[in-house]
Amino acid sequence: MPWLRKLVGALVVLGGVGAAAGWVLSAPVRLDSKAVARLGPGDAARGKRIFYAGGCTSCHAKPGSQGEARLQLVGGLELKTPFGTFIPPNISQDPTDGIGAWSVEDLANAMLKGVSPSGEHFYPAFPYTSYARMKPEDIADLYAFLKTLPAAAGKAPGNSLAFPFNIRRGIGLWKLLYLSDQPVIALSADTPDPVTAGRYLVEGPGHCGECHTPRDPAGGTRRGEWLAGAVAAEGSGVVPNITSGDGGIGDWSQADIANYLETGFTPDFDSVGGAMVDVQRNIAELRPEDRAAIAAYLKAVPPHANGYPARQNTAN
Amino acid sequence: MRKLVIAISMLALAASAAFADPVADRQAQMKERGKIVGSLSKIVKGEQPYDAASVLEQLQALQANAEKFDVDALFPAGSDKGDTTASPKIWQDMAGFKAAEDKYLADVKAAVAAAPADVDSLKTQFGAIASNCGTCHQAYRVKKG
Repeated sequence: MPWLRKLVGALVVLGGVGAAAGWVLSAPVRLDSKAVARLGPGDAARGKRIFYAGGCTSCHAKPGSQGEARLQLVGGLELKTPFGTFIPPNISQDPTDGIGAWSVEDLANAMLKGVSPSGEHFYPAFPYTSYARMKPEDIADLYAFLKTLPAAAGKAPGNSLAFPFNIRRGIGLWKLLYLSDQPVIALSADTPDPVTAGRYLVEGPGHCGECHTPRDPAGGTRRGEWLAGAVAAEGSGVVPNITSGDGGIGDWSQADIANYLETGFTPDFDSVGGAMVDVQRNIAELRPEDRAAIAAYLKAVPPHANGYPARQNTAN
Repeated sequence: MRKLVIAISMLALAASAAFADPVADRQAQMKERGKIVGSLSKIVKGEQPYDAASVLEQLQALQANAEKFDVDALFPAGSDKGDTTASPKIWQDMAGFKAAEDKYLADVKAAVAAAPADVDSLKTQFGAIASNCGTCHQAYRVKKG
């Protein structure tokens, strides 16, 4: 049956072409030379602000750390998600267990491109999908600040993920869909400065959208429901809607939002809770004008109704 | 007669079971707590003038509120169901939850004992008290839709 042999042959060739195309498309892409040139020497004092805006310590400190211990970035927190359990690694200055041997370019490739020094994809549980919008200069400042933090020995255990999520190379295809350095919310040229500054903090280092925006089945954020709140990726419960839409924070003033980020109290004196506690404590370390900018931006984003289903009535 | 007594006591039991609503009770007590913290916070921020006597009164109200917060009565087994944002962790780690409440009460008592005379000393006491809110809600509360 020569036609069958031909068909099989064609399929093998097609499959080979597909696999080759997939392999090429999924290749890790590093920073271009223009971005690398912008890194510059970096300034640790400025980098401290970026460190707290980025919330590095929320995931990379040993779970439950308080005070100075939060600067020991040994990793080890367990993020239990539908894709499996992600464990943030040691990013302290330890040269073997941490990232003490990384160059500033290594850090920039990790944060802006999601690529490790050895050329592998990172999983987007590390929110480089947001960090990709950061300025290379800010990465250089962050690098300088990280250099001032202690080295802490100890390797965190690896992720435990189910097939097919355990194939790192596949993330290359995912990145084609979801990794972009462009802003989510387009702003007109006459937008006031604080709104633009707030957009940078929220969409970039602050990576607010990673938890506050619902995700599609492939795990990408739904840009059309930006910051509308979401079912928590980790644990039970929901992450609140922080737009001015139905169920959101439309009745909070700009000052209310800034005050919440500074003190942890809502306008009616309920307190911050859950994973937001660490976030709020980090944002409290920023400058007052940074919190005002975040508030200005949140007031400017398009309103959406809640990005999570209404509560099931479990009352008995 | 005996039957009547039994009937009445059964009725009373049923009624108390129907009226006891630990979820509503604990929410009301938390609301009261938040209200006092809110008014103290206005003084800390300088939005309200400092009056040492009124500050002490409010700190004492906070202590009374914390002292009547009976964890066993307010968080009985099974009250993780229904219209509540209490995390199941409370019942998995009752000792830790009680320790958090005890630390809060100790910080409030310390503030009452210090009887802050000016806004700066209140700031210190208030900061210590307020840090308990987030720490406890971080572990023991779950936001629901």
